[in-house]
Amino acid sequence: MTHAEIAAALFGKAHNVSVDEAGIVRGTGSSTSGREVNVVGIANAQPLGIEAALAIAQETLDIMRRNPGAAILVLVDSGSQLMSRREELLGLNEALGHLIKVLRAATSSGHPTLGLLYGSSTGGALIATGLATSWLAALPRAQPSVMQLQAMARVVKLSIEKLERLAADTPVFAPGIANFASMGAIHAVWDEGSDLGLQLEQVLATRLNGDDERARLGAERGGRTKAATIIERIVAEAQRG
Amino acid sequence: MSGVPTGVRRLSWFELSARNRLTALLDARSFEEFVGPEEGVTSPHLLRFDLPNAFDDGIVVGRGRLDGKPVLVAAQEGRFMGGSIGEVHGAKLVGILRAAQALAAAGRPQACLLLLDTGGVRLQEANAGETAAAEAVRAVLDARTAGASVVALLGGRAGCFGGGSLIAACCSHIVMSEHARLGVSGPEVIETYKGAEEFDSQDRALAWRTLGGTTRRLLGSADALVDDTATAFRQAAIAQLQRPRTFDLARLQAEHSRLRERIRRFGDCRDGAEIVRRMLEPAAIHGLDDRSARDAERLIAKLPEVAHDAR
Amino acid sequence: MQTLHFSYRAASRLPGERTQALVGVVASNDLEVLLQRTSQSTDCVVTVSTAVHGFDAVWKAVLDDFVERRAPGGLRIAINDGGARPDVVALRLAQGVRLMGDPA
Repeated sequence: MTHAEIAAALFGKAHNVSVDEAGIVRGTGSSTSGREVNVVGIANAQPLGIEAALAIAQETLDIMRRNPGAAILVLVDSGSQLMSRREELLGLNEALGHLIKVLRAATSSGHPTLGLLYGSSTGGALIATGLATSWLAALPRAQPSVMQLQAMARVVKLSIEKLERLAADTPVFAPGIANFASMGAIHAVWDEGSDLGLQLEQVLATRLNGDDERARLGAERGGRTKAATIIERIVAEAQRG
Repeated sequence: MSGVPTGVRRLSWFELSARNRLTALLDARSFEEFVGPEEGVTSPHLLRFDLPNAFDDGIVVGRGRLDGKPVLVAAQEGRFMGGSIGEVHGAKLVGILRAAQALAAAGRPQACLLLLDTGGVRLQEANAGETAAAEAVRAVLDARTAGASVVALLGGRAGCFGGGSLIAACCSHIVMSEHARLGVSGPEVIETYKGAEEFDSQDRALAWRTLGGTTRRLLGSADALVDDTATAFRQAAIAQLQRPRTFDLARLQAEHSRLRERIRRFGDCRDGAEIVRRMLEPAAIHGLDDRSARDAERLIAKLPEVAHDAR
Repeated sequence: MQTLHFSYRAASRLPGERTQALVGVVASNDLEVLLQRTSQSTDCVVTVSTAVHGFDAVWKAVLDDFVERRAPGGLRIAINDGGARPDVVALRLAQGVRLMGDPA
């Protein structure tokens, strides 16, 4: 689905969501129950560079100023972080970090902040967008990944064929929706055939600003069998004595 | 008051193992490890790739004292799989950060010191590592919101890349040595995707001019540039903790302005040397030679006063 | 991956107060050695986890020599091997028992 199709599926005609030439998504939509949803994000599988990260952060800060408490939906169809010497020189990590902080501040100050991954998103861009929301949905054909298999094969020094064979039954590293969902990183995979607007409404009706539940989800779904227990143990040990 | 032999403190941070960095950093005999190597909590995934485990999965977490005050700590071992973040490694990091939040929320705030030394997410456990990195970033911010400082100490051979660089960016304070590198994508990765023209990964001087501690300090991407010794890191950590930074909207807006201003001033620069020249422009008018310019650069970078408070 | 097991009876118990020590890092030409004081006897049990197959005899030779020289009785030793040469293995083992002799 394109961002236009998604906006239509979520809000019908009741929206003004648009994408600028830099791939930045902005706008508002009205949910099924008439609730205003502010939309930000990145489209067209655009790699996420400094200017784009600051633009999305700016839009979010503007929403916080003009619409206290309003729901924020982050639409994600990005590439990876922008691979460029200039971005690294000028502190891309800080710009991505800033975006994460702004999204987190939105949540902390009462804006339900959810993400919808509908296209691709890779590596640092994924962490700074979809994984920086407090609740992340994905459409079935979305493509989250840490790195393309080709590049991964070079780094881990295995042939691409061997890596593809391993990928077939190793959810912990192979790209894809199901694997990320099993980690607990994606809270829900939405049914593209059903009413997306209704699925959005259902999520908005729940409490979105609580604790980070992803490790617990990963344990329940079997994708990460050790993480949640380790986290709980350390929190408990640190509080003793 | 520390009692750790001065010789130990003068050791190269770059050369020290994660465990020995902690011993040298903290007050003598104050370190207590959580989920230590004897527990054998190791990666359940590496066997699939016929790779050896580390007893602590490449990260040491626990608590100790810094100048008498209780602190929580995490130290990544950059020599084990590049300090990369896997499921267990990531969970230990998230755990110590959530502990910082819990203690602060209970009225017993303790700073959290992150001795980051990582190439990023461990590819053999990519999805678990990526999720853990995102959880760790959240946990840093939650700890800060609850009132705990989180200080990144960077100076190891793996640098601080990928998800690790985002964790560092969200810390309240960042200390780097000249050996340290901080960036999202390393030179080899950029070269793989964009060619050597974009980044020649064989050019080590270019790597440090772009990603290294001096440039970061000059730009304000790091708060302090220190010598490559445990003493220097210890002193810098103590000093940074004396200026806490609450994580709030006003500070975020100041950071936004700071980053915009950086792009305005240096957005067309492609090399750290251009940034230095531009920063020293008034001095250049008075005819600073190359050597003096380099001395000036180091002097600016080592200024004890923080360049800004917007992090 | 391969796991090798070795059991020894040392000439004597290793003196010292520490109950545990860890030396080395799992990296190229290095290894991690975890030593734990376990029993009152002079037994020494060694487990080696390595991705490099076919060097059983070399491990045995290094460990035989180590047990003979250092008398590490009462210890359980676990090794994660990153592909270390025998001299590095011997070095780490020696560092380990030295640490075990340090004050707790």
